[in-house]
Amino acid sequence: MPKTILARFVWLGIAILGASAIGGIAIHRGESINAIWFVVAAACTYLIAFRFYSAWICAKVLALDETRATPAERFNNGRDFVPTNRWVVFGHHFAAIAGPGPLIGPTLAMQFGYLPGTLWILVGAVLGGCVQDMVIMFCSTRRDGRSLGQMARDELGPVGGWAAMIGTMTIMLILIAVLGLVIVNAMKHSPWATATVLGTIPVAMLIGIYMRGIRPGRVLEGSIIGIALLILCVLGGGWVDHNETLRGLFDWSGESVAWFVMIYGFAAATLPVWLLLAPRDYLSTFLKLGVVFLLAISILVLAPEMKMPALTQFIDGTGPIFKGTLFPFVFITIACGAISGFHSLVSSGTTPKLLPNERDIRMIGYGSMALESFVGIMAVIAACVLEPGVFFAINSPAGVVGKEAAAAVATISSWGFPVTVEQMQILAKEMGEATLFARTGGAPSLAVGMATIFSTTFGGTLLAMWYHFAIMFEVLFILTTLDAGTRVGRFMLQDMLKYFWKPMGNVSSYPMTVISSLIFVTAWGYFLWQGVKDPLGGVNILWPLFGISNQLLAGIALSVATGIIIKMGKLRYAWVTGLPLTWLAIICTWAAWEKVFSPNPAIGFLSGAASMAEKLAAGTLSPERAAVAPQLIIGQRIDAALAFLFAVILWVVIVDMLRMSMRMRSGKPVLPLSESKYIRTQLDEGMISTGQHA
Amino acid sequence: MIGAELKQIWRYLRQVSGDDAYERYLAHYRQAHPGEAPMTQEQYFRKRQDEKWSKVSRCC
Repeated sequence: MPKTILARFVWLGIAILGASAIGGIAIHRGESINAIWFVVAAACTYLIAFRFYSAWICAKVLALDETRATPAERFNNGRDFVPTNRWVVFGHHFAAIAGPGPLIGPTLAMQFGYLPGTLWILVGAVLGGCVQDMVIMFCSTRRDGRSLGQMARDELGPVGGWAAMIGTMTIMLILIAVLGLVIVNAMKHSPWATATVLGTIPVAMLIGIYMRGIRPGRVLEGSIIGIALLILCVLGGGWVDHNETLRGLFDWSGESVAWFVMIYGFAAATLPVWLLLAPRDYLSTFLKLGVVFLLAISILVLAPEMKMPALTQFIDGTGPIFKGTLFPFVFITIACGAISGFHSLVSSGTTPKLLPNERDIRMIGYGSMALESFVGIMAVIAACVLEPGVFFAINSPAGVVGKEAAAAVATISSWGFPVTVEQMQILAKEMGEATLFARTGGAPSLAVGMATIFSTTFGGTLLAMWYHFAIMFEVLFILTTLDAGTRVGRFMLQDMLKYFWKPMGNVSSYPMTVISSLIFVTAWGYFLWQGVKDPLGGVNILWPLFGISNQLLAGIALSVATGIIIKMGKLRYAWVTGLPLTWLAIICTWAAWEKVFSPNPAIGFLSGAASMAEKLAAGTLSPERAAVAPQLIIGQRIDAALAFLFAVILWVVIVDMLRMSMRMRSGKPVLPLSESKYIRTQLDEGMISTGQHA
Repeated sequence: MIGAELKQIWRYLRQVSGDDAYERYLAHYRQAHPGEAPMTQEQYFRKRQDEKWSKVSRCC
């Protein structure tokens, strides 16, 4: 038939185009390369993988059955279980999984050059991340929409269940701490950013009151008013910044911002959700989708040149942003965007309760992650359009390149990335900041990159506005993750503590809410504080720890998925999830080992603590460093214990899964497959899109 | 027709943001529990929000 022949030619064309784009990126060694190559390579990779690999998995491995009723249909209650139009579910799912991670990780990983990060984002997503999200969504859909933790318990046993629970809670702690640190570094000594972010809080509350009391449930109206007010906040921040008296009021130190973040997290977790958390989430979600869309359009229109080299000398482990060699650290630094274990918590439990039909699992599970991976590629582009010297000047901590501007530019220029003090001063002035040196954490350099792209696309003006808009956008949705995470973490903590003291489990008791929130905020606040005090910027310690914990959660999810595939009698297809699992197990264990035991004090936590203790005893530290050294020494030892714990939990789950599989192969009894019974669907497409129900 | 397409986009926006969630709930409730009184808009809105924010609904 001519139509299928045409389709074959089109797919062949996409494959050839994609392969040449990737080849072009990989072998290009010139002054600069156009960003369009990256967009083409990414788009073709996702298209081919979606069209062929995901279709093959759905048909052969998962055997999706479109006649089977989903939990949304069977338990329809008009609230959390609702069969919903597939594109609406896609929107919800994408909004839920796409957080700040895929913007920050790839930015930091650009210290190795653009090539390693880009390849890992593409390959990791299509063979790992997308597969994980889709398979977990399938498993949960077949199990009445149960959560990952419940599935681990039901399918692997209590050991897997406990490991999943502890893993989820610790990743939450580290995640919040590191995101808090990113906010601190974006807001400290920036009156404009601080005033803007503070302004967003009353805006959110106002919208909360509007949606609750004035026009209940009118989400769109409320959000539109809110977005307009947010833009006023950015303008207002600029006005504050130009006012000499007000300026001083909002010029906060890193410590002050850290306190603000902790108090904010505590407040958002204990106040009723309608007042602060929920309305702010509406605003940040709209803003997030809008900015991502705008960035994609701008990159296509502008077609900027990438100035970062393909590989830098820092693949040997001496990088200024974080220490450690290319293997394994690029795979730890970029978790979100390639494979993110956190997604398995949304793919199970939340999204399956909305799915109208099993066949939509492919588009929503695999497709959403491919889109998130594309966000990661855009972050790569935004980082690489900066002059490498500028990129390193913004992202290198003062403890590495020197506190004085002259010293910093000398060090960075000596690496072969020329930059001058004047250049940085002009840039800071254009962006409306006092200085852009040593603004670690990725957010400021991303904002500079985005502001450059946006401003050039829209006529070359208003750089400072765009910069602070970008900062507000980043901070806003980091705060969403932060307070939603604190709230969920509080519930998990209460769930765990009730085994020791029963009244603790009462989630609606006010004293228990306050106590458990306080414990949880103190726990992540500890790591945040350690990061703020660290002369090397803290990102060097916290981001790898976060990467390891996120990959650990992915390891747990993939173990559950592999176990289920084997129990379904499809051992020969177990490599679909087994392959990414094996890779993560190697990477995670390797990285955890290096972070704990490396003799290099800049990499290993234990040797870092030992070397600091030695210097403290010898009295060679400057007075200000000596003052914080005892805290940092204890901190590094706790970090070591945590990294070690992560590796142990991962292996406990993997061994548990292998044990179950071996028992099954030798015919011994295992926990039965907890899949719910087949019920034929009564829904038809028209009913879902018009909102009627069968 | 451009008008029809705009309407479609508007419907999508309302649905994806949860703007029409209560109307959908009412339609469902009338079908599933005829004769019983459904929740008011405010009760429904609060219950849905509380449920949403008691579990992981935002990633990193």
